[in-house]
Amino acid sequence: MIEIKDIAKSYKTGDIISPVLKNISFEIENGEFVAIMGPSGSGKSTLMHILGCLDTPTSGRYFLDGQDISKLSDDELADIRMRKIGFVFQSFNLLPRATVLRNVSLPLVYADIKKEEREKLAKQALIASAFPDKFWNHYSNQLSGGMTQRVAIARALVNNPTLVLADEPTGNLDTKTGEIVLDTFQRLHAEYGRTIIIITHEQYVAEHAERIIHIRDGEILSDTKNHNRRIINHYKKT
Amino acid sequence: MIISDLFQETYTALSANKARSGLTILGIVIGISSVIAMISIGQGAQNSIQSSIQSIGSNLILVTPGTQRGPGFQVSAGRGSARALTQKDSDAIMAEVITAKAVASEVSNRYQVTSKGKNTNTSVIGTVPTYPEVRNVEIDSGSFITNQHIRGLSKVAVLGPVARDDLFGEGADAIGQTIRIKNIQFKIIGITKKKGGTGFGNQDDLIYIPLNTAQKFLAGDDFVTTISVKAESSEDMAIIQEQISALLLERHRISDPQLADFSVINQADIIATASSITQTFTILLGAVAGISLLVGGIGIMNMMLTTVTERTREIGLRKAIGAKRRDINLQFLAEAVALTFVGGLIGVIFGWSISFGIQYFGLLQTKISTSSIFLAFGVSAFIGIVFGYYPARRASRLNPIEALRYE
Repeated sequence: MIEIKDIAKSYKTGDIISPVLKNISFEIENGEFVAIMGPSGSGKSTLMHILGCLDTPTSGRYFLDGQDISKLSDDELADIRMRKIGFVFQSFNLLPRATVLRNVSLPLVYADIKKEEREKLAKQALIASAFPDKFWNHYSNQLSGGMTQRVAIARALVNNPTLVLADEPTGNLDTKTGEIVLDTFQRLHAEYGRTIIIITHEQYVAEHAERIIHIRDGEILSDTKNHNRRIINHYKKT
Repeated sequence: MIISDLFQETYTALSANKARSGLTILGIVIGISSVIAMISIGQGAQNSIQSSIQSIGSNLILVTPGTQRGPGFQVSAGRGSARALTQKDSDAIMAEVITAKAVASEVSNRYQVTSKGKNTNTSVIGTVPTYPEVRNVEIDSGSFITNQHIRGLSKVAVLGPVARDDLFGEGADAIGQTIRIKNIQFKIIGITKKKGGTGFGNQDDLIYIPLNTAQKFLAGDDFVTTISVKAESSEDMAIIQEQISALLLERHRISDPQLADFSVINQADIIATASSITQTFTILLGAVAGISLLVGGIGIMNMMLTTVTERTREIGLRKAIGAKRRDINLQFLAEAVALTFVGGLIGVIFGWSISFGIQYFGLLQTKISTSSIFLAFGVSAFIGIVFGYYPARRASRLNPIEALRYE
């Protein structure tokens, strides 16, 4: 469970303090599929960094599974990320000279998990993200964009995280492959009960989530249930 | 991070850019191999000089004629040119310097020596029966010159093994045969054992004949060129040296030691001087090679800094998925150390081959000490850590958010 209380973040450049987030508060239950939406400059990326434990808030508290993580050191945050967070980035960020399996099991390398166990977990994650097994030993730079993002999704799942955070996951993809990726998220949510947060600036993408939080100028504009949810079913398992 | 993963990451990273890794390694290879080759040359030179000095005997003091220069003479005829020492000086040293264990005088010169059909130019030493004791000469077959030969002006000769090989062929039985020196026939009565040593002053390429015979038939005068004195122990050497100087000054009626027509040299001094020269030589060579090793190390640092910049996003990603500072630090340090380690290994093999080649083709004598190999390995690993530390630290301190955004 995620609990955010009065979170504020400001950056200081010289003498000028510019606030990016102001008094953000919300709760996300386990198993929710949330989209955080906002135009660029709204502070959604900063919010994502805080939610993903890449950054700490200037004030306010952040509880992840009941643990206050707003005042942890860099290495303690890394430890939280390793155990509880899975990231999916806009630009995939896979290691180009490593195989799909190696890429997916990379987070487990830092968790000191043995090789056989890692491969087992990586394969499970790849199956969950509907990645075809004939490409498991391909190098990641030999794959298409949609395939690459599904490897990244598998990597985000491999450590069995509390939270999967996707930052503009369809931003570098065309509509069709973007839908495949969104379908993958919906399936993970429906079939595996994953907690998923998608950060996006596109209404269309946000509409695939159950709940949409609108952010503008560092404040929550609205936090509503998505009643016209788009469900992609015809792109089911490929 | 498990060690095997560290190895895999390192291997993948370094093999991704083979040309760059190879060139960086080459820098270390050149550095390490030149250090090893240079030190081996220096130590080889030191060894061969020391062994050739020691092969002439131990605890040895040499008395040689000095420069003959009277008051008013400004022209020096050169060291060793003076005709100052005689057999009587040698006898006096034996009689008066009681701590001297043995004394042997000699007169030596180079002559053309012929046997049946062969001829060679070699050193002929006229000497006395105590010579083998003083100068560590051992007889292989036959016998050395005796007092009877001295008194009887016998024309007999004892050959060194190299001189024997040159005159009669490899390993031939030369005893009983004759050789001619300055057209005078000498009968061979013995062969000395091989001493080893090469280069100048080869101790095996010699012919020994009785002192009196040499003076009368070859040199035509009564002088000796060297008096060798063997001390009981190395502690006595300094005292003996002083006593000999005093005795000879008195015998030659010279009051001012500055004007002495002889010089007394201590073997230990010769070794010390020669060693200090070769040591300086070794340090100099090693230092020059060390500079190339340093340059190689800077090459490592340069490459690692480039790598860190190039892989900023990768570092950001690794941190995002849970890598701690230590993990990143270790990864880049491992890459730097791997480069220097591989470079060090190839460098050792290469340096070894160079040094072996130099010896094999007879250019110089070399000696590879295990310590220099361990040193080279240690230094290369150390260089990896030193020059890898800064780039690795930089990588580990990157902010994951900024690193992920890096273009």
